[in-house]
Amino acid sequence: MLTRRKLALLTGAAATSALLFAATLPGTALAQQKTVVDFWHGLPQPLGGQLEQIVKDFNDSQQAVQVNASYKGSYPETMQAAIAAFRAGNAPHIVQMFEVGTATMMAAGPAVKPVYQLMQETGASFDADAYIPAVKGYYSSKDGKMMALPFNSSTAIMFYNKDAFQKAGLDPNKAPTTWPELIDAAKKLKASGSSCPFTTSWPTWVQLEQLGAIHNTPFASQANGYGGLNAELKIDAPVYVKHVQTLIDMQKDGLFKYGGRDNKPDALFPSGECAMIQGSSSLRSRIIKEATFAWGAAPLPYWPEFANNDPKNGIIGGAAFWVMTSPKRTPAEYKAVSQFFTYLAKPEVDAKWHMDTGYVPVTLKGIEIAKAQGYYEKNPGADVPAAQLTRTPTTENSMGLRLGNLPEIRNIIQEELEKAFQGQQDAKQALDASIKRGNTVLRNFERANKG
Amino acid sequence: MQRRVTFDNRLLPYLLLAPQVAVTLVFFIWPAAQAIWQSVHLQDAFGIRSEFVWFENFTHVLSDPNYLDTLKVTVVFSVAVTVLAMGVALLLAVLADSKIKGARAYKTLLIWPYALAPAVAAVLWMFIFNPDIGSFGRALRALGYDWDYRLNGGQALAMVIMAASWKQVSYNFIFFLAGLQAIPRSVMEAASIDGAGPVRRFLTITFPLLSPTTFFLLVVDMVYAFFETFGTIHALTQGGPGKATETLIFRVYQDGVVNNDLGGSSAQSVILMVIVIALTAVQFRFVERKVHYA
Repeated sequence: MLTRRKLALLTGAAATSALLFAATLPGTALAQQKTVVDFWHGLPQPLGGQLEQIVKDFNDSQQAVQVNASYKGSYPETMQAAIAAFRAGNAPHIVQMFEVGTATMMAAGPAVKPVYQLMQETGASFDADAYIPAVKGYYSSKDGKMMALPFNSSTAIMFYNKDAFQKAGLDPNKAPTTWPELIDAAKKLKASGSSCPFTTSWPTWVQLEQLGAIHNTPFASQANGYGGLNAELKIDAPVYVKHVQTLIDMQKDGLFKYGGRDNKPDALFPSGECAMIQGSSSLRSRIIKEATFAWGAAPLPYWPEFANNDPKNGIIGGAAFWVMTSPKRTPAEYKAVSQFFTYLAKPEVDAKWHMDTGYVPVTLKGIEIAKAQGYYEKNPGADVPAAQLTRTPTTENSMGLRLGNLPEIRNIIQEELEKAFQGQQDAKQALDASIKRGNTVLRNFERANKG
Repeated sequence: MQRRVTFDNRLLPYLLLAPQVAVTLVFFIWPAAQAIWQSVHLQDAFGIRSEFVWFENFTHVLSDPNYLDTLKVTVVFSVAVTVLAMGVALLLAVLADSKIKGARAYKTLLIWPYALAPAVAAVLWMFIFNPDIGSFGRALRALGYDWDYRLNGGQALAMVIMAASWKQVSYNFIFFLAGLQAIPRSVMEAASIDGAGPVRRFLTITFPLLSPTTFFLLVVDMVYAFFETFGTIHALTQGGPGKATETLIFRVYQDGVVNNDLGGSSAQSVILMVIVIALTAVQFRFVERKVHYA
């Protein structure tokens, strides 16, 4: 509360002094003044620096617009800062919002200017179909209109230690493609002395959200929440129960190691402790930097009996750029934002970002450019995320999630999973408890955002 | 007899009071009032839609079984932290107060931890206790003990209690040491001559004479355990595994800042405020009677 107040006061003071400053300038100077666009992001170094470089490239490419990028802390902190600033009437022009904040932003109504509308009003050309369907779907409204500008997207894939595979007598060039194969591999790895054959980062996102998409099974009713705010969790379907119970059993047998919440388990793979990890595709750059063994990347495995041997595309993670409104916003400022977005939407910018950072390309042309430049030949496995995202047309269940307060639901599921891994409950109980608690969150969100 | 200070100017006393009043208003009364206002409203994250819901946020919070669990954790946590921090500090203070070589060095070293920010301290603890990268954690596992606070609620709670108490030991130590040094030597010497041993001297003289300090620290430590241990928990366990280390203040943060549920979070703040006011009142009403002011 206190910091939020302070923040509001500070941003208020800053804005007022900026106004006063502008007012004291002579009229002629004002006319030549660049339109300033505030852009808040939540990427730490080195990614933040790479993003700021793109902003600088844009600023240097033209004379009319000056985009000021500033780092506002982690994704949740950036979200908080933007919300507090909006409440104080000083929202930034653009804010980077993580994918789980999507439903909150869409429900924000007047606080947000949808990107399709911005582009229309400012007369900029914008082709939503240039984006990968899984990306487009995640940030589109119910009637298929782009609400935010996709930028840094990732997806969940698997990394495995080829040296450990070799030692366990497994083919180092063939990663397990199904869960039964993965369990077999884990058993062999354990027999060869591995203390952690398999672990997972982002337990909810990877083991439940991605699982639902790949097996074409709804995570929630109302088409995963796309159909309306009255969605309810449906994670007690057989594939979820079977999967979570498998993880619990594997953990008991020493085949799976729970490494903590969110991306905490990331460290277990590059250090060589865990032989297989499922996590964000953006883990790649860290593995390149830290791993001292041969490793490979592979798509997430699937359950043959639930996937009909036709696993669907995975869903995305990462973040997108949202345009925020403010009482004193001018048309010229929106125009400047749209200019910046047009620049960001260029396939060359997208491809460069993808190759520099390891995020997936968000445009179809971006993939082509990376291919044409021979990036995937030089970096084996770097095409796995994009391939997994585009391997099938998106279905209602693999488009993404549109659930209010998803960060809270993710935490609830992590808590219930932890209780299950401690032996306090089985898979069914954990998922039932998650549904019960998660639905309460959804009902609160529905009430607070109705009308 | 009461001493009174009189001012010639009728405005001056108010003027002198004004800064303090202003600070209290801005940094305490205003946020507190805001919390109470929020606690009876249901609002979306952006504050666009707001609805007056009476005490619904409170009934919602109080009927949540997880909230009652959190309350239990908080009680265990606070009592353990207070007892541990005060007990260890008192022991160390008594030892450091005795005539030993290098007492000054001990005293200085014992005060050091207080200079650390809770989050920094927590990171240090992580490097000791993390089962994968921590020195002590790895040693425990090497010895065959299944140490993993990420999945064992009891171990996690024990760890945050230790980390939180350790931080407060220094603070308590300074006060206990000062209290000990204020005890007249003559009283102790007289007791020694009468044949009282060290334990007896401690129980009948030192401890009663320390009671104002002990009482003060009891209040301060309780408030510390309730409100200021957030950084430690946030950095070490984030309230997990499950909800094993989630205290009331951590949940206020989680619901308000992470989950954007301002109404529910404010309702919890108000409940917390009431609890601490009640606790302090009880302490002053009942415990203070037993305090012996020299």
